[in-house]
Amino acid sequence: MNTATPHTQPTVEPRAHPPVITARSLVYSYDRTPALRGISLEVGRGEILAVTGASGSGKSTLLLCLAGVLAPDAGEVGFGDQPIGTASEAARSRLRRTRFGVLVQFGQLVPELTAVENVALPLLLAGRRRAAAVTAARTWLDRFGVADLAGTRPPDMSGGQSQRVAVARALVTEPEVLFADEPTGALDALAGEQVMAQLVRVAREAGTTVVLVTHDARVAAYGDRELVMRDGALDAGAVVEVSAAGGGAR
Amino acid sequence: MGLLSRGQRHGYDLKRDHDHRFPAARPLAFGQVYTTLERLYRQGLVEPLAVQRVDGPDRRVFRLTEAGGRDLDDWLAAVEPPAPHVANPLASKVTVALLVGDEARASDYLRRQRAAHLERMRAYTRTKTDPAASLHEVLAADYALAHLDADLRWMESALERVTTLKEELDR
Repeated sequence: MNTATPHTQPTVEPRAHPPVITARSLVYSYDRTPALRGISLEVGRGEILAVTGASGSGKSTLLLCLAGVLAPDAGEVGFGDQPIGTASEAARSRLRRTRFGVLVQFGQLVPELTAVENVALPLLLAGRRRAAAVTAARTWLDRFGVADLAGTRPPDMSGGQSQRVAVARALVTEPEVLFADEPTGALDALAGEQVMAQLVRVAREAGTTVVLVTHDARVAAYGDRELVMRDGALDAGAVVEVSAAGGGAR
Repeated sequence: MGLLSRGQRHGYDLKRDHDHRFPAARPLAFGQVYTTLERLYRQGLVEPLAVQRVDGPDRRVFRLTEAGGRDLDDWLAAVEPPAPHVANPLASKVTVALLVGDEARASDYLRRQRAAHLERMRAYTRTKTDPAASLHEVLAADYALAHLDADLRWMESALERVTTLKEELDR
């Protein structure tokens, strides 16, 4: 347990979306270095929330706590009315496999597996029969315009192709919430835009909630709302409310 | 002249082409089209042809002259001077906020300005990701996004340095 003192911060709530993820007074430290200093927020169902901030501001740590990868030192994370932060590692792992999708900068595809095998993997781990998993994987590869790469292994793909396969893998279980950390950070501008446009289109069609961590304002602009982090806290003065013209799920 | 390079046109066609191909620009007024054609005619860069009448009023058709074609080539070959953007109204406001107030006032302004910029970026992003958007509209939105993003980066940098700037102004 760390000794970081949470700052008093307002809860930053979405408008027009019932909350699906809730965080209350989250504190997390790496050894004695505080990374989160008492963050409270809510993410609405179907909302695309961008979390931005400079390197070291704590935005990736926040994402990992919200996704149940890290257990906070203090405070609580909830998924609907289900507590995540205090749940066992096994329970959090099950949640990540069945209800959440996680996408990181470099995709983390298994290099020995083909694209279709990579995308089918989460379904196989969840107990789906192989034929059904492969059929679903092919459908998701097609949705991201990379069906022709089904038999290709990651080392033979471009960065953009590889990341589209990774997005398909993150969404193949049809998660309720997708947590994406710098999903286009390793791509050139055009490839990044294509991945973001497809990711957002598919998420909106499916009503998937997305928590998107990025340092890039052009990526954040795909979201309905932005939270800015500074030194482990939310910069409440920089909160942008969902606009009347916002394109989010309602 | 660029629009006339694709063949003879009357003023109404030119206005319609301009507004379609340059969606980020202010729509041309008809009067502006005809005064421009008149000026180009006086300079020998375009010439009037027959008057056409199709479902409406008479419309004079213009085409590019040889001199107009050369002038267009020269313009296309010339590199535009990179705009220095030295007149930065955001910077002026930060400086004045520090002169009449303190770091908090300048930071508050920068945060609210940042939020307004990002809201505008969201609007352009919606425009460019609309399946019905033309490539012209996508490119116009990209241009606007790149400039707004540059402002945002400057604001981030200014937020980090606002205390130092205040100390400098108070010296």
